[in-house]
Amino acid sequence: MSLAIHIPNKKVAINQNTESAFAPKQNFSTIDSFNASRGIPFCTPMHQSRIVITGVGLTSPNGNSLEEYRKNLLDGVARIQMIDMRYMGPKGATGQVPAGVCDFDPKKHQTRKELRVGTRAGSIAIFAAREAIASSGLDFENYDKCRIGVYVGTTEHGNVETENEVYNISKFNYDTKFWTHHHNPRTVANNPAGEITINTGITGPHYTIGAACAAGNAGLIQALQMLRLGEVDFALAGGVSESIQSFGIFAGFKSQGALGTHESDPNKVSRPFDKTRNGIVVSEGGCIYTLERLEDAQARGANILAEIIGYCINSDASDYVLPNPERQAECMHQAVAVAGIEAGEVDIVNTHATSTPMGDIQEMKAIAEVFGDCPTTYINNTKSYIGHCMGAAGALELAGNLPSFQDNIIHPTINVEDLDPECALANLVINEPRKVDAVKVILNNSFGMLGINSALILKKFED
Amino acid sequence: MTMTEDQVQQIVINIINEIAPDEDTTGLKPEVNLRDQMDLDSMDFLDIVMELRKQHGIEVPEEDYPELASLKSCSDYLTPKFNAE
Repeated sequence: MSLAIHIPNKKVAINQNTESAFAPKQNFSTIDSFNASRGIPFCTPMHQSRIVITGVGLTSPNGNSLEEYRKNLLDGVARIQMIDMRYMGPKGATGQVPAGVCDFDPKKHQTRKELRVGTRAGSIAIFAAREAIASSGLDFENYDKCRIGVYVGTTEHGNVETENEVYNISKFNYDTKFWTHHHNPRTVANNPAGEITINTGITGPHYTIGAACAAGNAGLIQALQMLRLGEVDFALAGGVSESIQSFGIFAGFKSQGALGTHESDPNKVSRPFDKTRNGIVVSEGGCIYTLERLEDAQARGANILAEIIGYCINSDASDYVLPNPERQAECMHQAVAVAGIEAGEVDIVNTHATSTPMGDIQEMKAIAEVFGDCPTTYINNTKSYIGHCMGAAGALELAGNLPSFQDNIIHPTINVEDLDPECALANLVINEPRKVDAVKVILNNSFGMLGINSALILKKFED
Repeated sequence: MTMTEDQVQQIVINIINEIAPDEDTTGLKPEVNLRDQMDLDSMDFLDIVMELRKQHGIEVPEEDYPELASLKSCSDYLTPKFNAE
């Protein structure tokens, strides 16, 4: 008896008599040997497939397309604003907090009813996904929707809706019969990815990847792995955040002593590496990429924006919030090793640094450990413009650097008026863009609470 | 003040305009099921029930949900409830 499974363009028979292949004592070092032991013919070695980025869609506080966003990163334009936030004023009154707010047009891809029923995270995800699909040039309408996977990173999901509903029933003496029936579909963790599938008709797998503020990178890594496993042929992946709708996020950072302030200018609150930095700006945003195996992208004549050549996710295993530079350095070392390159071949390290006093120093220690002897490796930061887009941070910050493969310009980290000596690495690009001979490799760091570290390495595509 | 059936139907239309903002509610036929005239799903009917509760203090028990099928059945069912307030 055989069971047919679908591998792209092929039907492969698995012999069910070989279930002993799952016996725990056997150790398969590669998917090849595992497959061979089960009688699966060696077909496309997808696990070795090169994975490329062929499209990008985004919304960030300072841009709703890659072009607008990149221009603002090179022009030093941030658009952080003060917004009203429930309970964040004195004695529980509404107060004001700095935040990164996106101004994309949600009605471009959603009906008014979809917007009313869904979540802000879903709306951001749909906008970014639709823009990414358009950017990829894929004949989406005629593509087999069951072969598309959706992998969306989130820092958290559900806080916004829960806070809103508790507030809502507070107006009805906490009578839960006024609690909305939309609460559960809005707060399930897969919501933003699921909303993408409902909006687009994609019937392949969808889920979110909860990875704190490393989630954007984690979404991309998940997609890469699923493409290599042959589970899907086309992937939408990245990260989203709706966190600015939740007073709890702001209040939590404030209680931690990690909510940033500036005496006069919201655009100067997020100032990683500046001696006076005092915390995070919470932002919303989203960035979704289209990923494909190189052979598929080339077969359809896609415009290839970059190749993912290395990655690593590891864990500090040490603290709930405090970063661990040893593990961060290990993460970067491992990503470089996976990429099969020397550290000195990395042209840009885009830092995670969030503008907290300790976190920025810790990351710079880790970077010095890995790249201290690399004279042509430059370091920058994107949160100085857009704040901390939480689950979207990794994906959005990477996008801000992608055009460097074409223009060979490294966008700076802005708002550094008094560089902290403890963050003063030689190749930190401060306040002004830097033109270099060539940018061929970018490493993107994203770290998160509970000690999750991620590093993703992209290479300029060369056939 | 006694509510008329027309007024109650207008209240229901106003709620539909809120919960299904893409739908055109002009020219709805009172006798025809709402779902045959508009793209409404079961969650939308729960929204109508919730808004009747929130805005007007009207309770519609689950076994009576079929009474909300058309504008006419809505006003037949809801008008006495409004006037009992």
